Formats: sequence, structure tokens, C-alpha cells
Amino acid sequence: MSSYRYIGKRRRAKEHPRFVTGRGRYVADISLPGMRHIALVASPHAAARIASIRADAARAKPGVHYVLTGEEFCAQTDSLPIGVDAPKVTRWALARGVVRYAGEWVAAVVADSRALAEDAAELVEVDYEPLPQVVDPWEALEGRILVHPEHGSNVLYRRKFVWGPVEEAFAGADHRLSFRASWGRSATVPIETFGVVASWDAGTQILDIWASIQMPKYPDQTARALRLPGNAVRVHYDVDVGGSYGVKRGIKHTALAGYLARKLGAPVRLIEDRLENMRGGDMQGPDRVFDLQAAFDRDGTIRGLRIRAVDDVGAYAGRSPLQLGKPVGAICGPYRIPAIEYEPVSVMTNKTPQEAVRGFGQAPTNFAIERTVDRVAQYLGMDRIELRKKNLIRKDEFPYLIPSGSTYDSGDFHTVLDKALAVATYPQLKVLRDQMRKVGKLAGIGIATCLEPSGGNSAFEVLMNPKNETTTWMDSCLVRVDLSGSITGVINNSSSGQGHESLVSTVLGEVLERDPAAIRVVRADSLTALPSNSPVGSRMAIMLGGAAAGAAKRIKQALLAIAAHNFECSLDDLEYRGGDVSLKGVPSKKLSWQELVEIAHRKFHKLPGGLEPGLQAKFVWEVPTGGGLPTADGRIQMYPCYAFEAHVVLVEIDPGTAKPSIRSYVCGHDCGVMINPDIVHGMTYGGIAHGIGAALYEKFAYTAEGQLASGTFMDYLIPSAMEVPGMTIVDHCTPSPLTEFGQKGSGEAGYLGAPAAIANAVNDALSPLRVSIEALPMSHHAIWSAMKEAKSRI
Amino acid sequence: MKSAAFEYTRAASIGEACELLARHGDGAKLLAGGQSLVPMMAMRLVRPASLIDINEIAALKFVAAEKDMVRIGACTRQAAVERDGALAARVPLLRQALAWVGHAQTRNRGTIGGSLAHADPCAELPLAAQVLDARMVLRASKGKRTLDAASFFTGAMSTAIRADECLEEIEWPVWREPRTGSAFTELCIRHGDFAVVAAAAQVALDEAGRCVRAAFGLAAVGQTPLAFPKLAAGLVGNSLTEDLLRAAANDAADACEPGSDLHASAEYRRHLAAVLAARALHAAHEKAQAA
Amino acid sequence: MSGTLHLIEVDVNGKRRVAQVPARLSLVDWLRDELRLTGTHVGCEHGVCGACSVMLDGEAVRACLMYAVQAHGHRVTTVEGLTNPDGTMSPLQDAFCEAHGLQCGYCTPGMLIAAQALLDANPQPSEEQIREAIGGNLCRCTGYQQIVEAVRLAASRVE
Repeated sequence: MSSYRYIGKRRRAKEHPRFVTGRGRYVADISLPGMRHIALVASPHAAARIASIRADAARAKPGVHYVLTGEEFCAQTDSLPIGVDAPKVTRWALARGVVRYAGEWVAAVVADSRALAEDAAELVEVDYEPLPQVVDPWEALEGRILVHPEHGSNVLYRRKFVWGPVEEAFAGADHRLSFRASWGRSATVPIETFGVVASWDAGTQILDIWASIQMPKYPDQTARALRLPGNAVRVHYDVDVGGSYGVKRGIKHTALAGYLARKLGAPVRLIEDRLENMRGGDMQGPDRVFDLQAAFDRDGTIRGLRIRAVDDVGAYAGRSPLQLGKPVGAICGPYRIPAIEYEPVSVMTNKTPQEAVRGFGQAPTNFAIERTVDRVAQYLGMDRIELRKKNLIRKDEFPYLIPSGSTYDSGDFHTVLDKALAVATYPQLKVLRDQMRKVGKLAGIGIATCLEPSGGNSAFEVLMNPKNETTTWMDSCLVRVDLSGSITGVINNSSSGQGHESLVSTVLGEVLERDPAAIRVVRADSLTALPSNSPVGSRMAIMLGGAAAGAAKRIKQALLAIAAHNFECSLDDLEYRGGDVSLKGVPSKKLSWQELVEIAHRKFHKLPGGLEPGLQAKFVWEVPTGGGLPTADGRIQMYPCYAFEAHVVLVEIDPGTAKPSIRSYVCGHDCGVMINPDIVHGMTYGGIAHGIGAALYEKFAYTAEGQLASGTFMDYLIPSAMEVPGMTIVDHCTPSPLTEFGQKGSGEAGYLGAPAAIANAVNDALSPLRVSIEALPMSHHAIWSAMKEAKSRI
Repeated sequence: MKSAAFEYTRAASIGEACELLARHGDGAKLLAGGQSLVPMMAMRLVRPASLIDINEIAALKFVAAEKDMVRIGACTRQAAVERDGALAARVPLLRQALAWVGHAQTRNRGTIGGSLAHADPCAELPLAAQVLDARMVLRASKGKRTLDAASFFTGAMSTAIRADECLEEIEWPVWREPRTGSAFTELCIRHGDFAVVAAAAQVALDEAGRCVRAAFGLAAVGQTPLAFPKLAAGLVGNSLTEDLLRAAANDAADACEPGSDLHASAEYRRHLAAVLAARALHAAHEKAQAA
Repeated sequence: MSGTLHLIEVDVNGKRRVAQVPARLSLVDWLRDELRLTGTHVGCEHGVCGACSVMLDGEAVRACLMYAVQAHGHRVTTVEGLTNPDGTMSPLQDAFCEAHGLQCGYCTPGMLIAAQALLDANPQPSEEQIREAIGGNLCRCTGYQQIVEAVRLAASRVE
């Protein structure tokens, strides 16, 4: 591996200074003259017909400008897009005649302040006629009560994929096992809620939007919903986003704010309060029950898997059902399993809709696969690590084509696992665990080896909806060198903590051999931006990094062309060093960076023919290995690059109280070349913390009546620094052959493997009691219930 | 989540606070630390017409050592009590309980009296008060009266404080026995969360190691914090063996009527009651032995 | 009733600020919307996430659980007040940058306040004490690891 000047070195992130001094610019910091504020009226019922809405008392309150209901809004705007082929499942920000979940927005009040809007919202009188509701997904599958009657069933998507010789594998294997595992409804719940500011300029006929957003095609979908041409919407990407990890799609909030801004001729701002966010923000995550079958031989070889995944997507859907499709790209995990049957089912109930969550369905799937592997080991009485090593794809087998059609680009899974085990001092960890057990504690070690597909080729879109032939997953970068010689990179998306300014400046600095500290990175708006699909699917290190490198190379080529022209030599005779270009072997014949810049900008008489004046370059490119359509049996190349993680966790459970505590956490991580190690590590630590939440603490819990019981931070339990332990990351680097520097994506690292590892650890702790928990989160109560069940059997 | 509108007065003295309470009646609430009240106001679950801010009444912020008790002003910040080493030596259960109360920010603002007046059955300070049989001094315009903890806590989120009364100070009994030990333990999901179940215990031993005095109780297993004076009396005169302590704990758990909620079933709580009461008694015993 | 305004005088980051505020205006909303000190953030408005943490008379409190009117006569320090008067970063702010103790930056002001309050009272905290001090500040980006490292780094530099 070549050594880099800036890539891979510890550098301070460019973003930090403004954040630590309180100078970030988040959407709630934006205040426009005459700006008004929106508060929502939400349905208390999980299913009801709206008989009438009376807003006179609300409108009469001083400071109130407007009360908007679904009757007006749904007639004037278009229904929001859905990722699967279900045109009758329509969706607007406000309920249209019928409410389908408790917390659904029924009316929007606009007032001079948020407080006044909330006062007025309380006075809006809505007459509801409750309807039968369906909350249990299995009941929903039966279809007696329909969430969207026009759709004809509650099933949004269902298909059975068969890849490889599944029947033969199951018939011919020595053993089979089956069990059910469930991933409870949680989400990444950023500390900043979603917010949007919309302002319509009648003079220019442009709708300006500032939002806390992480969403592909956001400007386009906003325009379409509002029945505006695309070039009438200007999304400002230079808004700091306070965390998103997938969920901030906000299209319904934006359509609402955009409509009101135009209607009222004044800027409007909608900042969800936490109650609105939890119930009505539509940002909950996968809610998935897996029925799993494994076929395996006595020597531990896994011959085949059958996976049925039933996901309760809630009362409406956007991209959320597609989270059943993305895992197709890593459906066998990091293992050599030649036969897979996968049956995803997306079903609607009267609950808050889901949205995309970090990993887009891969974390639940990895959990299911890793529980299966541990169960196979347990069945055979085989060591869990040995079983994994037997089935893990070997380093010499890459690139490796999996049965569902994706090729894994590179990896060295065995080495990463060994490194993690070594740093975790696995033999001593086992001794420690056994000592803890001897003094009456419950203690367990959990191992998980999981993939993080990266690069965001979202081929699941066309896989799950053949009518949506989207195969373009591009990103871009523009680089300018100005007359003074300073460099500016322009990116075309908003960021939520991933450090894209640091990423781009580092890459530009590396290619151009100029100090990244002096490189500025700014953001375009959607009217001036190059095409981008926004930071999703762990794609930006690859795509934005690649685009920045591509643009920088074009700048470098231009500089070399100028020098070749002025020295009257060929490009091969030139040496580029630190931005200066000299004749090889004749160091005195040199054009400095500044001199080259001057020629490009000012000295046309010295510019080679065909070269544009100025010094700027853009690079727009398609995701590597992308652009394909699925086969008839649903095989497709999904994401291009595969990062890998190996978790080793020691968990202790208090035998009296059932309280779980994580005593040791080691994560081996291989995402190829890390452009900024601190940033990669940071996201991995954060991903593990998200995983700890999903595994042990967090759940959007619903009552039988469809009421959200955990709608505040008092009941939806986000882990603090006291619950998240110290963690050790062990790096390994298997470069990707597909990217500029060998980098793979890592935005979802940690989260994709932590729940699996913790589930395996807790179950290892419970194994002496011969009881297991196969549902996340493994709450204190769930652990105690399992322990009690074990005791009652004795 | 903006509070509904209310009238606001900053009371300069406890007399003024009582006078305002008398004037506004049911429509007024006292605002102390706000750590429990303001979230409810933000969610509009509580909408007093009038808030009487008692945070600036210096006369309500004090820690005064007396012969057999420590008097703490109702508006004394929890953090101040936590930091007070002399107080911790005389009423150790307070510092032990406060270690479980919220976080630094909560305790910097939350008051001793506020937590007691709020009377959340899952809260730590009410349990400490119940176990130690603290006495609440209530002031009204027409005079003052003192209630013991058992009379003070009347139900979930409810106390015997009358609409025109203000909790002025709390008298915390000091045990004179030289070999006294106390402990507070809790099962909460995350550090600083409300207790799923909490247990507190204090025991005193004679030179021979026999129990001469005992008190213990449980929180979050009933409508109020529960003390078990009869079971505690049964420990007196005995050597506090593991079996004896466990039996007392089990009896206490059997006497509870815990509820179910999102985080724990009644059965889990009952189980925890026995486990934690035993642990608190055991730890208190060990402390007393070391004293 | 809601029209009544209260005159308050508050020392904010060393400057005397005078204002007329409605009683129900929270301290965090007053700081952000009226004083335009937008460094302090709103995350939950019910006293759990800690993003609104400021110092009141030197001690960390949740500004969403106080009304602005209650700050009358007191001293408030926000994240903007942690920066040195000449605009340079405090050792703690600098340590956060060095140790990558932040990503999206949203919880960061609250973390800095909680951590600075800790260091002011306890200049050499243990890791346990650091975690306890920021236990009331939720972060979804960092997993707290590099935040703890940042606080330790700051402590080690101010000896």
C-alpha cells in the first residue's frame, strides 16, 4: 500500500471550530424577517374518519395567520412517492379524510410564534369517528381490517427469492434448525429533530428551502409534491444537520412548509418538537420478525439458509419497504453459503410510518444471520469462532459472487477476526467470564462477524419495483482554483456529522499536493449543484471522495498541460511536486503553482489551445459496478464495496436484578483505506452506541390500541455515557480495487454488527440456564422473564 | 412544547409565598427547582394559572445541624446537600440516595423540598424521608404545622400539603447510635432514570454486633414510598444473619402491591423488591459493622 | 394574562442584558431567539437530552427547564462564553477539536458546558467521573468515546 501525505493521517476536522464555539448553523438558527411558525394538530386515534374540523376559535386567536387542513392541502399538492408499486397507498403531510395512526397530522396552524401556534392548535376541534384498527402485523397479514382499503390488502410487498439449490441443500444436509428472531422497532433518533424553513419569493418565483435533511432527490420530490418545476425550488445545502443516520427525509414536512410559504407569502418554519417527532415525524425504524432455517453438515458447513422477514412498516410508506431489499446485497453475510431463499414481506398497520434507518435494513438482517450462526454452533456443540472461520469467505476467494448476484470486492475476514480476538485477549476473556460465573454472576461473550455494504448503489429500488428503472447512483464534486491560487471544493449535499468538508479537503490536498488546511469546502444549492444522491448507504468516502479525486486530477492535468505547452515538451517530461511543475532533470525549469494559476486565469497567450480559461474542473460519476438491472430471479449487483467488522463483547448480567452491563467491547474493523481515521473511528463508536441502544434499551412500544407508549425521552431510552462502555477499535485495511485510494464506506459501521454481538453475548450468558432471548431489545424485563422461565423449569 | 401561559410572581419571602397561595387557591403552583414541574408544563399536562417562584427565598436554603436532627430548608439544592460532608456524616442516607437522583444538571437545580412535594412514588428522596421518618414543616399564612413522613405522603404524586401551604423545611433524624450504617440501592434502566424499584436501609448495632435499631423501605412498589417499621422492629435484638435479612426483605416484598408499566411488570417489581431490600439491608449492616 | 412582560437583568457571558420577557418564555428560547445566542440547542424540551445545558452561576443546568424570568439577577454562561475574549478557544474546546470529540456538533455545546463545569470543580477527574458528569447529555454520533478522551486531554493540559 502506498503511503499518503494526508490520507490516513490524523487531522483535525474542518467542521470542528464552528461547532465548539457555538457557531454552527442549524435550521432552527435560521430566522428570516416576517417568519411564521407552524404547530401541528395530531390525531389521538390510531384509525378514524375525520367527520369535521372546526378552526374558528383557533383562527380568532391573536397572532394566528392560518389553519390548514387536509381538505385543502391534499387537493393542492401531490401525494408523496412510495418506493414500491402501490399507487393506491397515497400519503400527504396532513390526513385526507381518514387518520391511520395515532400522531398523524390533521391540521397545521401558522402563527407569529411557536407558542402561539401551539395555543391555537389546542383550540382546533376535530370530530373523529373511530374505525377498527389493526396493530398486530400478523393480524394485518390476514387482511380483515385494511389500513388502505383501496390497496386491497395490507401487504405492500411480498416476494420469494430462491438463489441457488435451496431444496437440495436442505434435503441433503446432515442437520436443519429453525427459529424466530425479532428486531424491535427502534430508530436512530437524532438529538436535533427535523426542521424546515421555506420562503417563497414572488419576485423571482423561487421557493427557498433550508432543512435538516439527508435525502436523495429531495429538491425534486419537493417540487413534484408542490406541482412546481424543479428549477423553482432552491434547497440550501449549507445547513448544518444535527445528526440524521438515515431518518431525516422530511418530505412531508417540507411539502407542508413549502405550500404554506407560497400560500401566505411569508417565510414559515416548522421545527418538530420532540412529541411531534416521536409520534408524527415518521422516522421510526425496521420492525421485523425473521423466521429462519439453516441447513448444515455435522462438520459445520452451512449449506443453505431460508429467511422470511415480515416487516411492519406502519400506516404509510416512502422508502421504508425498500429496507427489505437492500440486505439482498449481503444476504449470506460474510459466509460461503451457496443456497439462499429470502422472502421479504412488507405489511402495513395503524402505526407511525417507518423511515430509512442507518444500514437500511442490514443491521436487523445481520442480527438474524449471526443468531443463526450461533445457534448452529450450539446445536453441533461446536466453538462459535471455529464455526465462523469454517464458513467465512477466505481472503483468496475474492472477488466473491454471492447467490443473490452481488460480488464482494475484497476482504480478509479471518485476519480481522483474529486481530479483534487478540486485542480482546479472548482466552483471558473466557477465563474472566468463567470466573464471573463461578461467583454466581451471569456472564457471556458475544461474537459477531458482519458486513457493511457500502457505496450506495441502491439497486433495491428497481429490484423491488420494476416500474422504477432507476440505475443511476451518482455523485460529484467541483473544484476551483482562484486567481490567488487558493483552492475551493464545492459539494452538492448537506452533511450531518460525517465530516465531508474534511474528506474533500483531504482528498483534494492529496491529489494536488497542497495543504488541506488551506482548502475551503463550500456547498452549492440545488439550482447550482452538480448531481448528488446525498450521503446515504455509506457512500460518500467512495463517491464524494472519488469525485473530489477525479476533479482534482483534472486540475492537475490542466496544470501539466500548461507547463508542457510553455516548456514545449511532452507530458512525460514533466514532474509535478507540491503544485509546482518542472522539467524532469532540470529543476530550474519550473513553473510554480502561482505562475501556473496566473497563466490559467490571466495569460491566455500562454494557454494551450483547447484548454478553458480559469482553473476549475468538475467530476460526475456513477457508482462503481452500478447501472445494471436485476435478472428475472432477482439477482443484482447491489453496493460495490464491502467493509467488514468483527465484534467481541463481554456482557455481565446481575443474577438478582437481571441488569445487563457491557464489560468489554472490541470491534475489529476493515473499511479499506481510511481517509481520516478519527472520523471513521468516531462513526464506528457512534454506530456501536446506536447498536447498544437497539439491543438493550430502545423501543417504540405500541399498546394494543395503537398508542405509542414510549413517545418521550423518559420512556424511549437512549443510552448515555454511563451505559455505553469504553470501546476499542482494531483497524485492518483490505483496500477496495474499485476506488481511488482503496477506501470503502463506513458510515454505518458498528451499528451493523453491535446488536448481533450483544444478542450473542446475552444469550451466551443465559446459556447455562438453557434459555435464550431472540427478540430485541433485550430489556431488563425480558432478561428477567427468561431467567424466571428457566428457573421454573427446574 | 411551549408552556401554556401563566402569571408569574417571584416570592421574596415564605410569608409572601403563602399569601399568594392563599389568594390564588387551586390555580397556583409553587415553582422550586422545576425539574419535575416544568417538563409537565412543557407537555401541557399541567397548566397552572399562576406560578409562584420560591427559588430566591434565601430563608428556605439552609442546612442546620441540631442535636438529634438536621434541618434542611425546602429550597436547598440537591447538589448542595450532596456536597455537604458534615451532613453526610450525620445523615448518610441522603447522600447515598442523591447519587441515584438524575444527573448533575438535575441536582444543581432540583431542591430537597421540591422532590418531596412532588411525591413521585419512584423517586429517591421520598423513600429516604419515609425510611428515616423525616418530618415536614408546612407553613401557611395562619401558622405552621409538622407532619411525619407517613402522614405526609398520601398517594402517587400527592401529599397532605394544603392548597395554601408551602413546605418550609424538613427535619431529618440523626441516629445517635455509634455503629450506624445505611445504604441505598436501586434498579433503574439507565443511570439517573427513575427507579424501577429502590430500596433504602439503615441499621445500628451494639458492641456485640446485635441490631439495636433498624429501618428500611422500598420505592416504586406502591402508591407512596413504603417503610416497614414492623419488619424492622423484628430485626432488633438479633444478629443480622443473611437468612434474617433475606426473610425480612421477602416479607416486605410480599407486602407490596407494585404496578406494571412499560418497563417492568408487577411480578418483576416484586422480585426486585425482595432482592434490593436484602441488598440494602446487607450493605447497611456491613457499614454498621465497619463503623 | 399572556401579555404581561417581566423586566429581567441577566449577566450573559459577562455582558449585562436587559429584556422584557413573557413568563412562559424558556431560558433556552430567550437565549436563542431573543439574544441570538444560537449555540445552545434544543433537543427534547423535557429535561432529558442535555443539549440545552448552560451554566447558571457557574453550575450546569438545563435551560429548557428554566424560564427566562427566573434568570433575573443571575449569571448565565453559554457555549459562546466558553471561548476566550480574544476569540481563541478554551483548552476544553481545543481538546474537543484535537480528540475528534464531536461529529454533527448538536450535543456539543451542552457537552462542553457539562464538561467545563466538571473541570472547574474537579480539575483531574477520573474516567468514571467524566462519564457521570456528562451522563445527562445524550449524544447519538460519537458513542461518547472521543468525548471522554477530549475531556481527559483538556484535564491533562491544564495542570
